[in-house]
Amino acid sequence: MTSTTALHAKHLEAGAKMVDFFGWDMPINYGSQIEEHHAVRQDAGMFDVSHMTIVDATGPQAKAYLQYLLANDVAKLKEKGKALYSGMLNEEGGVVDDLIVYHFDETNYRLVVNSATREKDMNWLRSKAEGFDVTITERPEFAMIAVQGPNAKEKAATLFSAAQKEAVAGMKPFFGVQAEDLFIATTGYTGEAGYEIMVPEAQAASFWQGLLDAGVKPCGLGARDTLRLEAGMNLYGQDMDETVSPLAANMGWTITWEPADRDFVGRKALEAQREAGTDKLIGLVMTEKGVLRHGQKVKTENGEGVITSGTFSPTLGHAIGMARVPAGVGETVEVEMRKKWVTVKVVKPSFVRNGKSVL
Amino acid sequence: MSNIPNELRYAASHEWVRPEGDGVYTVGISEHAQDLLGDMVFVELPDVGDEVSAGDDVAVAESVKAASDVYTPITGEVVAVNEELEDSPELVNSDPYGDGWMFKIKASDASEFDALLDAEGYENTLEDE
Repeated sequence: MTSTTALHAKHLEAGAKMVDFFGWDMPINYGSQIEEHHAVRQDAGMFDVSHMTIVDATGPQAKAYLQYLLANDVAKLKEKGKALYSGMLNEEGGVVDDLIVYHFDETNYRLVVNSATREKDMNWLRSKAEGFDVTITERPEFAMIAVQGPNAKEKAATLFSAAQKEAVAGMKPFFGVQAEDLFIATTGYTGEAGYEIMVPEAQAASFWQGLLDAGVKPCGLGARDTLRLEAGMNLYGQDMDETVSPLAANMGWTITWEPADRDFVGRKALEAQREAGTDKLIGLVMTEKGVLRHGQKVKTENGEGVITSGTFSPTLGHAIGMARVPAGVGETVEVEMRKKWVTVKVVKPSFVRNGKSVL
Repeated sequence: MSNIPNELRYAASHEWVRPEGDGVYTVGISEHAQDLLGDMVFVELPDVGDEVSAGDDVAVAESVKAASDVYTPITGEVVAVNEELEDSPELVNSDPYGDGWMFKIKASDASEFDALLDAEGYENTLEDE
């Protein structure tokens, strides 16, 4: 069974090359993924992310439930609309999924989880809700469009009503607001400014067309992957999964250890991992010809590792990657590429922000 | 449907071959192949003067998606390579049968060219994929 989003016809109309993405027929590009990538870094691009799963958690114990469900602590969220990135762990301390949670008040939260793991996530969310007075509601009636790039906000605003413009005026990064029929959030997966906008399915195609008319370039999953990797953002299923600790996936910053008596799923295992030490996720940069790729073997002075994500970085003009390796590696590692071992530089896993190299 | 010029010959591994006279043949990859690979980011070419045998992997077309070997369909000596591809690998995408050519071979056996697929034969292999 192949699923399609409310924007499927718009993709076909634009001549998109479609691929199967975990059961969804989605655009990989509309011609050139590199041009799409540059559009987001230099101007404005948009992605159909309607396949992502939107879930509301509401009820008197919504906050307590999320404090138990997530490794990050929603108690940090004080302001209305503030968002938090977190892993959702299993009892072994592996990552069931990563997600964004928006806080409206202590009885009302919205989660956005991955599409590839939708069924597993829904089962997990519901099973962990047992014993809490909380209601878990999937919201498939919304399409979602990510508009990203230095000119994205300005171009998107041409479609906003006066009330919507007022609602987003001065909104800081990582917030979301319901403004009339749109939920508008200052989040994204590209390392650029912009919005992720939830729009009722029936209006999705006309909203997309409006963005096209405003000069926003449609971008596919190909550009989405190179943009997120340049920004040093993890891809679930590739950079981490149920068998990988967040401590080995550069997600240590998403774990809230204090207060020590907050019991969350996976806490015990995670404490033991912290004690014993784990692998680390590092960034790799290779300026010679060739491209780092997912699955390539890595040799370090402390043992072997693997490239979890690798690509040609269109912004930097050379290969970048992320690799999970034993802790304490030096300034370089060896990567096996096409039967040869190549010396590659180690960096923090973040390469480009706001259009510029951070190397 | 993919553009497959009638005047060229093809290998099932998606290279095209154009006779230039004097036993010299130009080789590139088909429009179908570049479309499968997506945006090209590096092209590694053989050295002028290399002696190559039909079926050898002599070049690498590396795209955002994958690195793919390019095989020479013709035995002989490499007499030219497309140095433009060093700085502009995207020519393979924009003009696979023209500015996106990869290398030229001085053939040691002209009958190899005649044994390659014609446009229709190559198109049939795509339908079987």
